[in-house]
Amino acid sequence: MSHNNAAAPETAAPDMTGITKKQLKRMRRFDNPWNNPKLIWGIGLLLGIVLLGVLGRFFWDPELVFTGAGMPRQGPVGIENLRGQVGTWAHPLGTDVSGKDILALLIVGAPNSLYVGVLASLIGMSIGIFLGFSAGYTGGRVDDVIRVSSDVMITIPPLLILVVVQASFGDITLTMMAILIAAFVWQSPTRLIRAQVLSMRESGYVQMARLSGASNMHIMFREMLPNLVPYLFGSFIANVTTSIVTAVGLEVLGLGPQRVPTLGRVIYDAISSAALTQNMWWWWGFPTILLGVMFIGLLLINLGLDEVSNPRLRKL
Amino acid sequence: MGRIPLSYLLNRLFTLFLTVFIAATLIWIIPRLSPVNPVDVMLGRMASGGGSVENSGAILAQLTERFGLNDPWYVQFWLYIKNTLTFDFGISTASFPTPVASMIAAALPWTLGLMIVSLIITFIIGNLLGALMVWEHTPRLWKVAIPAAMVFTSIPPILSGLLLMYIFSSQLGWFPLNGAYGLNTEPGWSLDFAGSVLYHGFLPAMSIVVVTFGFWALGMRGLMITVQGEDYTILAKAKGLRKRYILYRYMIRNAILPQITAFALKIGMLVAGQVLVERIFAYNGMGKLLYDAILDQDFPVIQGVSFVIILMTAVAAFLVDLIYPFIDPRIRHGA
Repeated sequence: MSHNNAAAPETAAPDMTGITKKQLKRMRRFDNPWNNPKLIWGIGLLLGIVLLGVLGRFFWDPELVFTGAGMPRQGPVGIENLRGQVGTWAHPLGTDVSGKDILALLIVGAPNSLYVGVLASLIGMSIGIFLGFSAGYTGGRVDDVIRVSSDVMITIPPLLILVVVQASFGDITLTMMAILIAAFVWQSPTRLIRAQVLSMRESGYVQMARLSGASNMHIMFREMLPNLVPYLFGSFIANVTTSIVTAVGLEVLGLGPQRVPTLGRVIYDAISSAALTQNMWWWWGFPTILLGVMFIGLLLINLGLDEVSNPRLRKL
Repeated sequence: MGRIPLSYLLNRLFTLFLTVFIAATLIWIIPRLSPVNPVDVMLGRMASGGGSVENSGAILAQLTERFGLNDPWYVQFWLYIKNTLTFDFGISTASFPTPVASMIAAALPWTLGLMIVSLIITFIIGNLLGALMVWEHTPRLWKVAIPAAMVFTSIPPILSGLLLMYIFSSQLGWFPLNGAYGLNTEPGWSLDFAGSVLYHGFLPAMSIVVVTFGFWALGMRGLMITVQGEDYTILAKAKGLRKRYILYRYMIRNAILPQITAFALKIGMLVAGQVLVERIFAYNGMGKLLYDAILDQDFPVIQGVSFVIILMTAVAAFLVDLIYPFIDPRIRHGA
């Protein structure tokens, strides 16, 4: 029990009656590892962004993302712009230099960023699960090829290859961008799953299944995969973050989808129109905050999942 | 090289070359799949600059010949690989007679300097804070403050760059808005210039540090929790060694090892993030070069910059792998 040292001073009680009600409640809470505050907060933040995108369309006109939807350079409600005009409720978060409504841009743009992240990560995970299991379970030549190619690909920053892709092809759809990003996020799940499968392959229950004549598919997907679920979730979330960072990076460079509003695109427009020197903070500030909330949500989910899969990280 | 067996070294060198080769190939293939013809783009630029271009057909043919676009693909590819490996990336199409290699050579020191400084600072700060999160003798205030600072760590450096730039350059005016040194300082080995470089580099470096230290801190925290329960730590405590000595020589010394491996894996992401920070701060590095090239559709520069950055990350990962056995004597590759 050496690893319990850190928590010992708080929880050490001579008998059950020494435990206060509060401590008892905390201990019960951790009986279910999925009932983790970080996880719940993270999921809540992300759900909030999804709701903003879904419900926002009912309460706010998404058509306002187009040029000339309102007076240009309006500040948010009650904020004066450089020309002395005070923002009104017609555009609660203000407008950009061509009169696009910032609130509408956020409502339409935020789900787009999440969509790219989740789709790219899903594709990457599927490839990772397939290759990781193939490498770890089959071994031999297959393992060598997969291991070397993931080692090679992991050092290539996706952003730079994608810059070349998009500079060559010009406009691109959100789905295309997600597929392109997916080509660079399969390496870390592949490595992770391979390592886990290698260690699991020799464990008792897998050998038991093999002896009782279970097929390889059955062993891989019914016996091994359920044990990997917390790792897979963690890797998935980390990949969503990587994918969104890459997508936003491309958009901030002025690449990425040209006709669909995305948060990165809004920031790109703001920087190239010198919004910083014109003090139009609402233009780049709100998308930045929204992206920040998105990333914090993903981080919290990841921390929560770490605690789920590694009990040593939990603290009472 | 006493501890690294030749077979491992060769193996690792093979991976390094494969990485560089695949990256170079991708960069070569992708633009060729696109319908855009670089010669057309260049002529278009000349036409928009001079109103009209006389005998454009002849120029078109000559440029096509000059860039070797009439050769069969394998000749083009062979020439490309040969040139790329000797750092000859051709001639920029936007600033026409300038070779890409000299443009990159001018930008590279800025990027390398910013990268090395910010990587070292984040690595030290991040690991130290991560260790303090676990250490039982950390002051209570720190135990609250460090997790709170973690909030920034999930944000990409472009966003922190924007925020820092807004607060400290645009609003407070403490730091310059763009550039890597002042307009009225002469580049050279003078104290004045060095001061200007530090002054201009502070915010870009900080915007990377603020958002990346948490990655190391979180990793370190997990590792420290494991080390904390190890027998050798308990023994060191039982022997009555000084607390700080245990922290640095027993706990951090052991926990830091996997972090160094993570360094090799993470370096690509960090460099890509920095490219964007440079773009925001209009810092005179590779990021700005890349951004300008994208605006101008300047393919030789885009390819050159991408290749050099990928090469840098691959070499860095290679070096980390080679240094590792010297830091952790237990690792014997291939033994």
